[in-house]
Amino acid sequence: MAEAFRTCPTTGLKVHLPAENLIKANAVAAVVFLAIGGFFGLLVALTRWPAVHLLPADWFYLALTAHGLDVLLVWIIFFEMAVLYFASAVLLNCRLATPRVAWAGFVLMLAGAIIVNVAVLQGQSTVMFTSYVPMKAAPHFYLGMLLFAVGALLGCFVFFGTLVVAREERTYRGSIPLVTFGALTAAIIAVFTIASGAIILIPTFLWSLGIIQHIDTMVYKTVWWAMGHSSQQINVAAHVAVWYAIAAMVLGAKPISEKVSRLAFLFYILFLQLASAHHMLVEPGVSSEWKIFNTSYAMYLAVLGSMIHGMTVPGSIEAAQRRRGLTNGIFEWLRKAPWGNPAFSGMFMSLVMFGFIGGISGVVMGTEQINLIMHNTLYVPGHFHGTVVAGTTLAFMAITYLVIPLIFRRELVMPRVAKWQPYVFGLGVAGISLFMMGAGTLGVARRHWDITFAGAMLPYDYPGAAFLMMGLNGLSAVLATIGGIMYVVVVVGSVFFGRRVEGPVELGPPAPRGVAGGSDLPAAEVVGQYGSAGTLKIPGTVALVGVFFVCFVLYYFVNWKYLSEIWPLR
Amino acid sequence: MAITPPSNLLWWREPVARTELVWIIIAFAWGLVMFFMMIYWHGAGEQNLSNEAYRISAERFTEKTNEMIESHEVRKEGNFPVVRPPPGSDVYLIARLWHWWPILELEKGQSYRLHLSSLDWQHGFSLQPTNINVQVHPGYELVMTVEPDRAGEYAVVCNEFCGIGHHLMVGKIYVTE
Amino acid sequence: MPESEGKPPVEGDGRVPFMQRLLDNPFLLLFLGILVPTVFYLLWGIMEIVQIPVAP
Repeated sequence: MAEAFRTCPTTGLKVHLPAENLIKANAVAAVVFLAIGGFFGLLVALTRWPAVHLLPADWFYLALTAHGLDVLLVWIIFFEMAVLYFASAVLLNCRLATPRVAWAGFVLMLAGAIIVNVAVLQGQSTVMFTSYVPMKAAPHFYLGMLLFAVGALLGCFVFFGTLVVAREERTYRGSIPLVTFGALTAAIIAVFTIASGAIILIPTFLWSLGIIQHIDTMVYKTVWWAMGHSSQQINVAAHVAVWYAIAAMVLGAKPISEKVSRLAFLFYILFLQLASAHHMLVEPGVSSEWKIFNTSYAMYLAVLGSMIHGMTVPGSIEAAQRRRGLTNGIFEWLRKAPWGNPAFSGMFMSLVMFGFIGGISGVVMGTEQINLIMHNTLYVPGHFHGTVVAGTTLAFMAITYLVIPLIFRRELVMPRVAKWQPYVFGLGVAGISLFMMGAGTLGVARRHWDITFAGAMLPYDYPGAAFLMMGLNGLSAVLATIGGIMYVVVVVGSVFFGRRVEGPVELGPPAPRGVAGGSDLPAAEVVGQYGSAGTLKIPGTVALVGVFFVCFVLYYFVNWKYLSEIWPLR
Repeated sequence: MAITPPSNLLWWREPVARTELVWIIIAFAWGLVMFFMMIYWHGAGEQNLSNEAYRISAERFTEKTNEMIESHEVRKEGNFPVVRPPPGSDVYLIARLWHWWPILELEKGQSYRLHLSSLDWQHGFSLQPTNINVQVHPGYELVMTVEPDRAGEYAVVCNEFCGIGHHLMVGKIYVTE
Repeated sequence: MPESEGKPPVEGDGRVPFMQRLLDNPFLLLFLGILVPTVFYLLWGIMEIVQIPVAP
């Protein structure tokens, strides 16, 4: 068995080579589908830019279907498989359980993703990501989805299996690391997600073959969203785990409190998936009791989880930085953070934008009554570009800059491009989110080819500001695309042409003087112990979460005000 | 470190820093505020869905709509009948590929029981510019009591993707003084 | 999973707190994480949908 491992010169971790190969394969597949899905996204945004209006209607709806599937599902879940294998086998110093099953899962996912893309491009499956019945796609569309889901499920089983192996072979002492616990959270949500998907997609597949006559639209929608929304909750758990991982690897940050951070993940495990009800708030015939309980994640306990992470991640960074001697004022720790390191800058922007843009808008939109003024408007994609793109995608991009030297063992090519990439992409995505949310507030429909309604039997004009928003959205999408291309170029270039790394890599700023070190984790271990209950001082983080809280409360009540201005209805 | 097992084996026994504890309490309290706000609005607010709904066939819903059109049609606009139902009555609006049928004329300040259903696929009832958005399912009839509070011409935009003519699907509701 | 299995010896009074044992048990968490949304979201929701009455 010994030859199946190498020892990482940077972290001292034992890396199981089959696990490393699986991480590489899944990460590469992820980036390929990000490029494909991102390309479709650009086409969509350029079509919705009124002055450009690029594609004809049928191609627009086709591109939108492909965009949703490739980035919302395929890119994200392939990358998450890489995260699961990393967080289990690598962080636990353990062999990966049944690499063959993991490869089978990979092949199934790849085959499923290709089949779905082919089905969509053939033109008979322009049904959007959601494929609401009774709109029917070609049978192999559903079949591809099922294969992909089964593959991902195998990946989750391998993750759980690896946890068992690590425990039995005692490759670690005590409890699993926090990052692994976050990955466990993601894997648990994934199992529920995939099971729900199978429950609804198997009958839908049979229906598309003509074997089943009828699928109830309300039941379909309820169960479908147990998959559709929960799949995005996998992302939340996974990217929070990635935040902790980057903070630890780059700055040696240690969680302020293991207990609190794990409890926050427990809130995710128990309650995050209830938010599938966000899509059911204006449907016929479900009670307000069901809506309120589920949409609020059981009294906002999962939001509490996110708000806790929103403090503990920057808090742990601040504590680590102060430990390094950056103690002047409230914000020296932040000013002098490694902003030129794309892993750190991407991670921190992901954290801020996920909270301020994606998080706040999601809670507001998921309020039972406020959903009336937002359901199916562009506000919805505005929100989830704030969570899934600014949050998850940016976080995954950021950790790629650590995966390349540590797992692929290559130096980054074009480090200057890499340095600017998170900023370009982040700015573009922030624009996409905010301008779509703006247009949605003005009532503009999502998934809509032509907001001028040219050729409609009855005319309507959206407010002029909506057209401005759509133009700015198009510009932002171009910027984000440039950021996306920079990412793909750096990743592909580094993986194939980067100089081989021998020996340890410097992941973060060097250890400060005068702080006790002596460790197998050079840049990190110097942090040592801090955060004992009485002495923790993180004024900068307190200021940041204070600003966040004020924004949250104001924006929440502003939307109640908007709601109170529409027609009374009951 | 977050990527290594907790150094303290009994990490659950570690005390929680005060800063963290205060934030947890604030965040939890805020969650309660948001939770009870939804319940409060059901009593105090004017915008709540009644969640009244029925199963209905496309034929039956068409029948009911046609009855309303026959009794209360006031004029035609192109092919579309314009219907002015009496205040307080049941008003039917059909969603189908790719129009809303018929055109409604309502009176400001009066309430109407608006029934929505689709004859084919799912559609989205998006009333503009007031911005009320409700999902319309085939086989289900959603009932909501609306009270137009401003006179004018309103558009019903379809905001659920319903095939290649989706962006042409616009209906109309007049609200008169 | 019995808590003694695979657990390293612990300093002090040796009792691992209940919550820590819960958080260290991935399969119990998996069970709970599937149970809660299945009951509150899926089953409750579908029960309400099948109870929607037929139009008068």
